[in-house]
Parts: sequence; C-alpha cells; structure tokens
Amino acid sequence: MDDINVLIAGAAGEGVQTIGEILSNAVAFHGYPVFSWKEYESRIKGGCNSYSIRIGEKPTNAPLMSADILLALNREALDKYKGLTKENSVIISVKKEGDRSIEIPFSAIAREKIGGEIYANTIAIGALISALGMDIDPVKEKIKKIFSKKGIDIVSANLKALEEGFGIVGKECGAMCPWKLPRRDDEYYVISGNEALALGAAYAGCRFISAYPMTPSTGIITYLASVQERIGIFTEQAEDEIAAVNMAIGASFAGVRAMTATSGGGFALMVEGISLAGMTETPLVIVLAQRPGPATGLPTRTAQGDLLFAIHAGHGEFSKLVLAPSDPEDVFHKMIRAFNLAEEYQTVVIVLTDQFFADSRFSIKDFKPGKTVPNFQTVDASGIENYRRYMLTENGISPRLIPGMSKHLVCADSDEHDEYGHITEDLASTAPGMARKRISKLNGLKGSVLPPEEISLEEADIVFIGWGSTRGALIEASGLLKNDGIKAGIIHFTELWPLPAYDFPKDKTYWSIEGNSFGQLSRLLKSEYEINIRGLISRYDGLPITAEYIRRCFHEQP
Amino acid sequence: MNNLEEYNNHVEIQWCPGCPNFGILNALKGALAELGKAPHEVCLVSGIGQAAKLPHYLKCNLFNGLHGRAIPVATGIQVVNPDLTTIVVTGDGDCYGEGGNHFIHGIRRNPDITVLVHNNEIYALTKGQASPTTPLGEKRRLQIRGVEIPPLNMPAFAIMQDCGFVARGFAGDREHLQDIMVRAIKHRGISYIDIIQPCITWGTHPVSWYKERIKRLGEGYDPGDKISALNMALIKDDFIHTGVFYEAPSGNVFADRFRKEVTTRPLTELGMQKSENIFDLLSDFKNFI
Repeated sequence: MDDINVLIAGAAGEGVQTIGEILSNAVAFHGYPVFSWKEYESRIKGGCNSYSIRIGEKPTNAPLMSADILLALNREALDKYKGLTKENSVIISVKKEGDRSIEIPFSAIAREKIGGEIYANTIAIGALISALGMDIDPVKEKIKKIFSKKGIDIVSANLKALEEGFGIVGKECGAMCPWKLPRRDDEYYVISGNEALALGAAYAGCRFISAYPMTPSTGIITYLASVQERIGIFTEQAEDEIAAVNMAIGASFAGVRAMTATSGGGFALMVEGISLAGMTETPLVIVLAQRPGPATGLPTRTAQGDLLFAIHAGHGEFSKLVLAPSDPEDVFHKMIRAFNLAEEYQTVVIVLTDQFFADSRFSIKDFKPGKTVPNFQTVDASGIENYRRYMLTENGISPRLIPGMSKHLVCADSDEHDEYGHITEDLASTAPGMARKRISKLNGLKGSVLPPEEISLEEADIVFIGWGSTRGALIEASGLLKNDGIKAGIIHFTELWPLPAYDFPKDKTYWSIEGNSFGQLSRLLKSEYEINIRGLISRYDGLPITAEYIRRCFHEQP
Repeated sequence: MNNLEEYNNHVEIQWCPGCPNFGILNALKGALAELGKAPHEVCLVSGIGQAAKLPHYLKCNLFNGLHGRAIPVATGIQVVNPDLTTIVVTGDGDCYGEGGNHFIHGIRRNPDITVLVHNNEIYALTKGQASPTTPLGEKRRLQIRGVEIPPLNMPAFAIMQDCGFVARGFAGDREHLQDIMVRAIKHRGISYIDIIQPCITWGTHPVSWYKERIKRLGEGYDPGDKISALNMALIKDDFIHTGVFYEAPSGNVFADRFRKEVTTRPLTELGMQKSENIFDLLSDFKNFI
C-alpha cells in the first residue's frame, strides 16, 4: 500500500482539528500508523486551517504536502488547497470540483436532515471513513463515548450524521476511492511532541512547571495541568515569562525538579533567568518551542531559527546544555536526560523543539520506558561540617544541599560569591576561581553528550546534516533520492551544546538541512569541527521541511 | 525565644555607616528570635539594591537573585517547602519599579511569604536617581527639573487588592518595626511592610526630619476595617503613620488547594520518586475507541 494523505481544510472554529483527531484515532484503531500535522492561523474563528493525516503500512513520521483526499468544509478552503491534489486524488467538498469530486453540502444537510449545523463535522467524519474503506462500527462506539454525557438525543443525532456522510460517499465514490483499510492487528501510540515531552518530564520526576501561555509551547503545561492529580505536579500560569523562569528557579532551589516552557519572545524574556540559574548553579530545564521570528513573527508556524540564540542565551560565561529531540520517543528520553544532567551539573538545560514537533501527532511503536531512568543526585548532609554551597572541586560540581532539610545553611547568590555563597569582590582569587568552576563543568558535559546519529553513512556519496525535528524528513528524502540514483547518508544531531567529540568522515560531500536562513547549524559545526559544508538547504517560510522539499532543493542547487 | 547572637554571621556589611538599614536588620533578627525560628528554618530571598544585600548579613538560608524578581523566586520556594519561613527583602526600586508586575500578581496569588520593602524613595546603589516613590518635584540626579511623575502608593494599592496584611514601619523605630514584623511573619498568606528608610547619603531629609513626623497608630485603631485602612494609606497630613494598616483573614493561600486536593505529601518527598503512573498515562494514547 502506498501512503495515503488526507487533507482536511476549513475555517478556524469549523472543526478541522476535531475531524482530524477523531479520524486519525480511528485509523490508528484499525492498526495503521498515522502522522498528522496541522497548519493554522493565529486566530480562533475564520481564516483557513488544515489538518493532514498521513496513513501508511509503516510509520513515516514526516509530512506529505500533496493530498490524496481533500475534504474542504467551505469554498475558500477548497480554492486554497485544491492545488495540492494530484491526478488520482478525490475531493470531498461543498461543491463539485472536476470529475473526481463528491459534493456534500455539510451544513445544509446537517441543518435540514439532522437538526443543526453543529453536526456538519460528524457528516465529514462519516464521509472520510467511507472514502478510506474503513469499518464504521468502532467510530460509532467512539461517537457514543464522546457525546454520552450530552444525552441520548445528541448521541443519536451524531450517529445519524455519521451514517449520512458515510452513505453519500459510499454511493457516489465508486471506483474513485480505491483505498481499503481493513482492521489489522497492529498497535501504535499516537501522540504529539508536546504531550510526549510532558510525559518525559513527569517520568523524570518534574514536580513544578510555571509558564506563560505562548504558542506553540502552551500544550506542555496544559497537558501537565490536566493530569496533575495522576502524577503530582504543581502547575502555575505566571504573569509573564520572567516570573515563570524565576518561580521555576525558586522551586528548584527548594528541592524539586522544575521546568518552564516558552517560545521565541518569551524565551528572550527568560534569558536573564538562564544566566541566574548558571550563576547560582540551580538546575533548570527550559523548553524553547521555536516559531518563526523576529519579534512576534508567525505565531502558529514552524522554524529552526533559534539554535544559536539558545546556545548563546545568557549574559556572561557559564556551562549549559542544549538538546534538540527528534520525535516523541526521543523527547520522552531526552527530558529524563535533561533533568538528570541539569541536576548532575547544577545548571540550565535548554530543550529546543518547534511548532511542527510540538503540534504534530506521531505514531510510536514503543516508548521503551526504562531505557533512560531518572537519576537523582543525593548528598548526605549529616557527614558535612562547615558546609559551603559553592565549595571548589576538581570537576566544578559542589555538594548541593536543599534549604531547610538540614541544619546547614544554603546560600545562593547572583552576585559573584565565595564558597559560602556570600557576595565577594575578591578579584585576586575568589572571583576567577568561581568563574573557572562554572566554566569547567562544560568539560564534564562534553563527555556526557551523545554523538550524532549516523544513517546509511558508509555507502553514501553525499551526506545530509540535520538536527531536531527534521529527522523523519531526512530519512524519507534519502529514500526518495535513492530512486534518483543518489546515495544520501544522514548525520543527525539531537545534542547540540556542548558539541560532542566527533570525527566527520573526510571523503563525503556535506549538505546542511535547516529550518533557518543563516545555516545556523552549519556555522556552529564549522566553528567547532574540521568540516567543509558544500551547501545549505534551508526553509524559513513557516512550513516544515519535507522530504520532497529537500529533494527538490537538492536537484535545483547548482 | 532565641538568642539574637544566633543570627550573626561574619560577612562584611557594605552599607554606609549609620544607614537606617541596620535598624531593619536588627528588627528582623529580633523578630526571628522572638518567633524562635532557627536560622535553617528561615529563607530570605532578595533581588538587587542595598536592601537586597541584607540576607547576607543575617545567618539563614538565602537566595539573592535578580533585580525585581525576588517574589517569583520566593513563591516557587514556598510552594515546594511551606515549612520554610520565606521572607522577601527588597527595596522601592527593586519591588515597585523593576519588579512591579510581580508585586501586583504576588498579592493576587497570596503565597505564605512576608515582603519587607526598604523604602528610601531613591535609587541609592546607582547613586541617587528617582525611584517610583520619590515625591513629586524632588530633584534627583536624573530628574534635574524635579520628579514630574507622581509616586506610587503601594500600601493603598495592596489594601485595595485585599492583601491580607499591609503595614508601614520606620527603620528608626526598631522596637515597633520588630513588633510589626512578628505579626507579619505570623500572618498566613502574603504580608507586606513598607518600611520608611531614610537615605543618609542621597536623601533630601536627615533621619531626624522623619523621626519628628513618625506617628504610631493608636491603640484604638482597627486594622480589620478596610475603609479606615485605605484612609490611613491615602492620608496626606504632617505625619508618617506607622503600624499595621490592614489585617484580614488570609483567604485562599497559594498552593493550599493543591496540597489538599492533589497531593498531601510534600513535593520534595515526591521529587525523589519516578512517576510510575506514566505507564497509565502512556496508554491513554493507545486507547482510541
């Protein structure tokens, strides 16, 4: 079976996401992996949004741009997205659009036959279930479950709407819809990047998150708030990002694993707090979910434009770690690593994601929980005399006690301080010693970071270098280029600062694939390794990098 | 009652000799001694400025953070460890200027912390610029024509917003200030003292000028009456009135409901355990129908 891409389009508030989520869950229930990706405007009503669902035999966690089935809830959406259909595509919309289309006036039918326009979405779900050759019964069960609290009338109206949509397409599509998705015995988790990140944080033992709502990071604290009773985590919406980062620092100082999450502009506000965590050596995990900037930029779109900003965030010099997970399985483990390393090195860990990663729902076969375990650093206070929070040590890491948990006093200071944590202006020895201590932790971190992942490198003629959420697209692009007679290998980074010790093979031609215009990874690699990078394939229009995009840009390059 | 000596440490004090800040430091030591708080049971949190150095001069746990940001840090600490006596030591520039937003929302949140604002009506550590409380017309280093924007009246604002404990103290009246501090620390929820602290280096008036005008609230004053409290905060007469302007039952203290409804165990204890419930949560993402 070739992968099928279903594109659902409509105005904000029209139910595009609801239809998409129910349909992708239904497909997953049939035993097929789905990858869903949404693209939306920064508004609550109106405009034009889309939700695309890629269905395959095996999971390919990367988006397809072209649509095999386009379901458009209004004319504007039809006009905007019909260009993404192909010769064999089917269009389901409010009006006919060529031979291969089925007209369903969703709202009119809902109003006249079912009892209200509110049921238009359910008609659309029924239509798609039929077009994909799926079993309607489990979807009926789901509809019953969703609406059971609203009473029997609402349930039966929705069931009627579902069957109406299912019936119309069943009658009219005939040979147009060759797809069949019989139920099979296969299971996947279908989960967004934000949700998997939040679960990883919870598993890592995070007990405190303070954040200010900012797309696309908001889903993290929202999810954790919704499950706070099941995992025991305190969630607080701060008055601004400055408060968010400082509250998290306070919570961490007081003895729990704490985090915050934000996007570009909010991260900019947190930068002083990053420096504070560096200076006071307070463990802190910050998620930076990237979107295009500068300033407010494109709030609901994706980018990889803050790599160098994240690495250099914070005035002054101190050690920090920057991670960029590739998918939900990876981020689940990365968050545990993030908290472990933040605590071990008593510093800041920045986790770089992006809107594409945050909002997309991926199919994951197995999270392998237990592969990475929370590793808590404990210090026995009873054996200590003359406690010094910032005692100088060989590796720069001092015993970290928690205030109030022993007789020892814990003093943390944003000023330059002595070993006890008190303000100092002793430039002769104390200040440089403390600076060295903070910087030297980078040596330990360098030994802890993971090298990049190598994929099909040995036989490769060219090598794509990428980072973070583009991994799926890189792997798919390598497959597409194979058909063009080009052997493309991949070197993919998920741990970006400090950069790991790594030798790039000498005999390869390297291309950097990035969601920014400067080629930020490329610049970083050139400053840290002996490497020649032949070209840059970049995307900075707010849309995710796809395999097709990489392939096209590669062939277009001189 | 603890011994005052218990709170002494041996850090060199960087304030100007004779600064009324010493009075505030001694009043705080006295209050902690009176309450029988051992140094390790206390956590002082501060930002930047002369006031913010106080935690270094008193034996206790301390977090001396960023300019204006003490209240969010203290809030985080108090959520995690409600057994710590968490006190923010701040100044008019730190708390009302740089940290104004946090002060506003700190009052709304109502964490069980005490906020001591050393109000000297000036930026002292940066050498004499106007602060948010400098009176109109007073000339300062940057305000060469005199201050043109009116000062903030934060005690009045705090009362309006139902801050459960609002007081004014005077650094030169140690005994009274200590009494107010004891009551503030005992109060559950956010308690706030605006402490008049004349700046002997950059200020307009000598300490004696303030001493002549200080008037303690009388015995008959009822801090439970919000309207008279507001009057007291707004009054413009020849005196500087000191005492507890307003005290009301604490209402919903920040994180109390969390501790009652989500987990009754201290977060620090939970922190050492991995969340086995994750496996349940993960399965939510598989159960589609």
